[in-house]
Amino acid sequence: MSSQAELDKLIRSDYEAGFVSAIESDTLPPGLNEDVVRFISQKKGEPEWLLEWRLEAYRKWQAMRLPAWAHIKHPPLDFNEVSYYSAPKSMADGPKSLDEVDPELLRTYEKLGIPLHEQEMLAGVAVDAVFDSVSVGTTFRAKLLEAGVIFCPISEAVHEYPELVKKYLGSVVPQGDNFYAALNSAVFSDGSFVYIPKGVRCPMELSTYFRINEAKTGQFERTLIVADEGSYVSYLEGCTAPVRDENQLHAAVVELVALPGAQIKYSTVQNWYPGDAEGKGGIYNFVTKRGVCHDNAKISWTQVETGSAITWKYPSVVLRGDNAVGEFYSVALTRNKQQADTGTKMIHLGKNTRSTIISKGISAGGSSNAYRGLVRISPRAENARNFTQCDSLLLGDQCGAHTFPYIESRNPSAMVEHEATTSKVSDDQLFLCRSRGIDPEKAVSMIVNGFCKEVFKELPMEFAVEAGKLLEVSLEGAVG
Amino acid sequence: MLDIRNLRATVAGEEILKGLNLSVKPGEVHAIMGPNGSGKSTLTNVLSGRDGYAITGGEALFEGRDLAELEPEERAHAGLFLAFQYPVEIPGVSNLEFLKASLEATRKAQGKEPWDAVTLLRHARETCKQVDLDPQFLKRGVNEGFSGGEKKRNEIMQMLLLQPKLALLDETDSGLDIDALQVVARGVNSLRSPERAIVLVTHYQRLLDYIVPDYVHVLANGRILKSGGKELALELEQRGYGWLTGEEEASA
Repeated sequence: MSSQAELDKLIRSDYEAGFVSAIESDTLPPGLNEDVVRFISQKKGEPEWLLEWRLEAYRKWQAMRLPAWAHIKHPPLDFNEVSYYSAPKSMADGPKSLDEVDPELLRTYEKLGIPLHEQEMLAGVAVDAVFDSVSVGTTFRAKLLEAGVIFCPISEAVHEYPELVKKYLGSVVPQGDNFYAALNSAVFSDGSFVYIPKGVRCPMELSTYFRINEAKTGQFERTLIVADEGSYVSYLEGCTAPVRDENQLHAAVVELVALPGAQIKYSTVQNWYPGDAEGKGGIYNFVTKRGVCHDNAKISWTQVETGSAITWKYPSVVLRGDNAVGEFYSVALTRNKQQADTGTKMIHLGKNTRSTIISKGISAGGSSNAYRGLVRISPRAENARNFTQCDSLLLGDQCGAHTFPYIESRNPSAMVEHEATTSKVSDDQLFLCRSRGIDPEKAVSMIVNGFCKEVFKELPMEFAVEAGKLLEVSLEGAVG
Repeated sequence: MLDIRNLRATVAGEEILKGLNLSVKPGEVHAIMGPNGSGKSTLTNVLSGRDGYAITGGEALFEGRDLAELEPEERAHAGLFLAFQYPVEIPGVSNLEFLKASLEATRKAQGKEPWDAVTLLRHARETCKQVDLDPQFLKRGVNEGFSGGEKKRNEIMQMLLLQPKLALLDETDSGLDIDALQVVARGVNSLRSPERAIVLVTHYQRLLDYIVPDYVHVLANGRILKSGGKELALELEQRGYGWLTGEEEASA
């Protein structure tokens, strides 16, 4: 068999998280208007200020147009065909603890390898599980509170910590930031809220696991993480969805605030359903992620993106304070008809700010994979430094890789470096492996893992293993 | 062990091997020499199963098994080893990882006990020393940033770890200085045994001063033109290939 045929076979593997859970849901009929926004707000018993905030976002959104600059193609989106709220029925009265959660829900997460019973959990990882529009359970909350760490659904934080939410919500990604962020601000249903007090090193990894189940439902979660002065937190995010023929919309917003001297490490393994081999179905993933770094603070984004029919996301860092550090490490794998336009923005405002961007794009099948990045050095960002490295790996000859780096430097003392490479898994590499007894599947997996090594080493241990396995499955295929 | 009968092979539609015969028995060392473009590399590529090399006639049997029916990895499992003329780089995959994958797959296919991590590391380190490579090399990417000589020694290291029955060395001496040549020769000689065979493909007699062959063959225009003992290599060194290929006048 030719190595191209081997690759083709490898690239066509199945999506393992594609099952549907039989759970009764309260789902809002499709369509979006002010009443829907009011309904969501009322359903959550929100205070007046938040309803006003949502309505303001909705009005801004109505005046905005769908962005058209990304290197992606999709049929026109009808935002009135989407349902903006879905919650498992059993959640209507709100479970008081994990023991009261619908067993079918718990089984769903177990099937995905995310047991929500604390005693069965990996020691050292607290999980918030978000199912369609609501958080269904958060583990280890009591233990975290002992350290002063707040980790809860944002819908609860609105009631329990209104000052914090009011102060920081929209402070990094304002309602009118962009089309999808405005939409999210109007209709966001749930998500996670994290607050790490001054000087506290969060005693365990925090993680949120997002699952879309209901058909024709959009997921619009909102995550807000505030790390107070000198604190540290590592946060993990995972995502899956059932196999469905129609496209589903996911438009999340993540805001990170790193106050002076704080460090936030945010890792994502995104494995939304990517659609089938012909490009039918799959998640449209339009996500806005941004962090603000104050003096001496550090924000590090690490992402492994293997899912979604379309990925449109640019986790960014605004280096507002002096000596702030921003990092972006990314592996984006596309195959079949997947399209990814992803990258980052590093906005250098403070003096001596530093940023590092390492992006690894892997394209297989008939997919398209674009890196889009902006490095902006403002006039007062003395001695700012950026290093960018974008590498693309092509598997086969039907796929595309593109790099769109934008550099705007307005300070002569700044140093900005950019390196870019494109390579193919060559027949020679594959042949070397095979003539040493390694089968083609393992060989491709090994070569791709090697290509991604610089990014994987930034992931927390368990996640790095998971990411490696995920690549292997996605490349089964195609890579490992 | 290796029986090649009237082998014909094409590359990109062009016939390169035109009825080649060669028989290699266990314990023997054969050298195949010949001018550029004579089909030497095609022969090693056909035997190891590289894409794009099609057998169009005859057969190549390894211990009675038709090589054409085996995938490259199956040939490796059967005990065939090719030392590459130009070993490629695999960035980010450490030598140790690569050796682990190779040995795991090969030992499993051969029904041998797998090596645990400690055993693997011990063997790998010892073998590094044997070919004068710093054990730090195990941590570096496969051939990544290696010099020409280091790449060749790395091939020999892999060969020594895999202990093949039949080793094909494709111009392993090219680009080596005399010290590296001796290191490589020492490695190859240590593999010599009554159960194993070695086929050296080379341009120059020089390598054969260190790895003394039992037989020397001249390959030209896709066929073995002449076979002899080690003294044939010396004669070729003095007289060139022209007197055999009938191009003496032209090349003189």
